[in-house]
Amino acid sequence: MQQIVNFLIKYRNFLLFVILLFISLLFTIQSHSYQRSKFVNSANFLSGGVYSKLSDLDLYFSLKVHNAELLEENKRLREIVYNSKDSITIQEDSINSSGNYRFVTARVINNNYSLRDNFLTLRAGAKDSIKQDLGVITSKGIVGIVDKVSNKFSTVISILNRNSQINAKLKKSGHFGILIWDGKDPNIVKLIDVQQKAPVALGDTIVTGGKSTIFPEGIGIGTIKDFKLDASENYYTINIALFNDMTNIGHVYVIENLDRKEINDLEQSTTDEQ
Amino acid sequence: MNNSLTRNIFRFVILILLQVALFNNINFLGYINPYPYVLFILLFPIGDNRASLLFFSFLLGLTLDMFSNSGGMHAAACLIMAYARPWILSSVFGVAYEYNTVKVSNTSFVERLTYVGILIVIHHFVLFFLETFNFSDIIYVLKKTLLSGIFTLILSLIFITLFSVKRK
Repeated sequence: MQQIVNFLIKYRNFLLFVILLFISLLFTIQSHSYQRSKFVNSANFLSGGVYSKLSDLDLYFSLKVHNAELLEENKRLREIVYNSKDSITIQEDSINSSGNYRFVTARVINNNYSLRDNFLTLRAGAKDSIKQDLGVITSKGIVGIVDKVSNKFSTVISILNRNSQINAKLKKSGHFGILIWDGKDPNIVKLIDVQQKAPVALGDTIVTGGKSTIFPEGIGIGTIKDFKLDASENYYTINIALFNDMTNIGHVYVIENLDRKEINDLEQSTTDEQ
Repeated sequence: MNNSLTRNIFRFVILILLQVALFNNINFLGYINPYPYVLFILLFPIGDNRASLLFFSFLLGLTLDMFSNSGGMHAAACLIMAYARPWILSSVFGVAYEYNTVKVSNTSFVERLTYVGILIVIHHFVLFFLETFNFSDIIYVLKKTLLSGIFTLILSLIFITLFSVKRK
């Protein structure tokens, strides 16, 4: 017993080091998996509050840009409203056509894009009825998916995150693929697993596919920058130039699919039966 | 003692705020950010006990992790840096360290450069390795360690020079 105590006293610094290292590595490993740590994220009182204050300051410098964006969006929406005889345009362009999506606006108070796994922090949380796994977009295109939510703040897994996998398709032909990021250029994302038969052409538009309950169908993502067949020559790997400038995002919309619970329950019960 | 405690708490808060508000958003060439918050570990009182250095370094890293949603990467990097500090100190400053007479701001430029440089490289390498978490990206890790490291080193040396109180 005496020896154990002596040992503990002699190596107490080393033991402290090992214990703390273990904790930090545990958090790190958790942060690399999709189900992330509940404790260490920026949707909390302290960091949310600090980011909120900083963003108040920063907002004054970007007012012009944000106003221009809002004007541009208003112009687009007005064009849809006043030209609504052409019903096809409405279905293709308006995001909220069927009425089962609810939108919440939120301000981005922190935005990373220089890391391999990037997150945004929003000043809107559970009290603004934001929940986990809701889609986040701007007027130009998609931004990411809500991850952790506190009462007043929430974090968003940016599309510039290696854990992000979003269903997307070619706007023209409707061929599906998976949207991923390789961690390099914040303006370029990749669409993989697109059928070799798909008519891929430079400059074509990529939009979200309607196969998940997170994003509505047809939200803009970007245009095709270049593409090649993968090693097996069965699927295309497409580089996409994003519509959104992910390095400068001010306000976003959080989308909730009101049918989501019903769809998920149904799918759950179907897989349970099998 | 009390004075040193207040100074360190003040330094902790200021460095975290500067890092979060300013240095995390520099993004030079798209991905190069300096991390001068490690100054807290570099300037931590040398005579003090080692356990408290380890604990506060861990806390410093974890606070930054909370702000940047990075799990425990900064915590691990800071911890390893803090653990390595006594060896680097004794190998750089030698006898002066043994007699507890080292004060980082009063050392010669070459010694200071070596001390700060080595610890920054250790910290940055661990940090970026944990960020990519992938052996195949080792070139990216080394490149980022080098470029960010130089950036941090310059800023750290400037800060040490600017804010050191010369008392004779």
